[in-house]
Amino acid sequence: MQSFFYDTYIGLLILTFAEALALLVPLLIGVAYLTYAERKVLAAIQLRKGPNVVGPFGLLQPFADALKMIMKETIIPAGANRLLFLMAPMLTFSLAMIAWAVIPVNAGWAIADINVGILYLFAISSLGVYGIIIAGWASNSKYAFLGALRSAAQMVSYEVSMGFVLVSVLLCVGSLNLTDIVLAQHRVWFCLPLFPMFIVFFVSALAETNRSPFDLPEGESEIVAGFFVEYSAMAFALFFLGEYANMILMSGMTTILFLGGWLGPFGILPQLGPLWFILKVCFCLFVFLWVRATFPRYRYDQLMRLGWKVFLPLSLLWLTLTAAALMVFGWLPNA
Amino acid sequence: MQPVLYGYLPILVFMVIAGAIALAMVGGSLLAARQKPYPEKVSAYECGFEPFDDARRRFDVRFYLVAILFIIFDLEVAFLFPWAVSLKDIGWFGFLSMIGFLAVLTVGFVYEWCKGALEWE
Repeated sequence: MQSFFYDTYIGLLILTFAEALALLVPLLIGVAYLTYAERKVLAAIQLRKGPNVVGPFGLLQPFADALKMIMKETIIPAGANRLLFLMAPMLTFSLAMIAWAVIPVNAGWAIADINVGILYLFAISSLGVYGIIIAGWASNSKYAFLGALRSAAQMVSYEVSMGFVLVSVLLCVGSLNLTDIVLAQHRVWFCLPLFPMFIVFFVSALAETNRSPFDLPEGESEIVAGFFVEYSAMAFALFFLGEYANMILMSGMTTILFLGGWLGPFGILPQLGPLWFILKVCFCLFVFLWVRATFPRYRYDQLMRLGWKVFLPLSLLWLTLTAAALMVFGWLPNA
Repeated sequence: MQPVLYGYLPILVFMVIAGAIALAMVGGSLLAARQKPYPEKVSAYECGFEPFDDARRRFDVRFYLVAILFIIFDLEVAFLFPWAVSLKDIGWFGFLSMIGFLAVLTVGFVYEWCKGALEWE
């Protein structure tokens, strides 16, 4: 039986499908409950109750929302490019899903343990801009177009400093493989020695996922909903799911790069690997929601100033300093 | 199939599954819900106004500038990836070469900054 799954093409394909579904189904349920958690956390912070009608403690709310979305009419605005209009949300959603192929949840639990894992993640998160630009252009609406431009400019601005942060982590690891990156942190998590980069990465992650305080693309009070103002029903839901899946992905990347992935603090309880990973991701997600409840929205010039004039020079400087320190003290890892 | 490509098979599988889920969701909604468009419903949202002229109009040149700056710096990051992984092997010569490259780019960045390409008001 084992030889069927490991030695034949069809067996390997079935095995890979099963593995992928075993990751994607919990991920989608996680995304559904992240929307619920967001409403509950915001409600708790604002001394409200949040959703509490559908099911016990409102726990069935995400499924009620999904059912409602399915039963809504998909409105395609006049003058829109129908094909691109429907393709954009699918692209956004698919990209948020396929990035998960390389994420290691435990030692050896990465479904695609490729040796350029971090490069793959960087490439996939860069492609995310396409979904937004296509949506904004295809909608043939001024709000959507403006929102898409803003969103694209914002995402590419923060992507650069994010790239520098990734490179400085790579300097300390000497490998592009995500499993190696986690294992390199068995003595100390990178959030301590690279603390400024950790902060830059997390704030860039907020900006990359268009979360508040950087949610200008959707800034409800000025350009209504930004690039997805014309979307309804399931096409809208796909954008929504994509955004939340990206939040979980960014939390996962923060966990892997800076918080030691599946390693327990001080090496305790190593057998709980996946649980540590999930716990750390949940903590990052909670900070995402906490930030949303706490900070007012940035202005566009402030956003661009922070990205280009603060984060870019800071991350470039810190990258150079990291490389110089590693060279001078001979701490470079064996490649 | 070459052994090195086995590692990339799951990515292909993920693409197929993600595409299928996305298609099924949009398609299912199109089938399940009653579609009844009429001119007012499908007109573009414009805050209560009748939509006038084409939405795909000219836009601020600064978005274009940001895009160009992004290409330059993203390429720089792409150059840094192999450098970071092999820094131990290439030693001080490799390190100083990259510092020279970064210095040239920094001069360009400072020029842009002084020229006001990064100003949004």
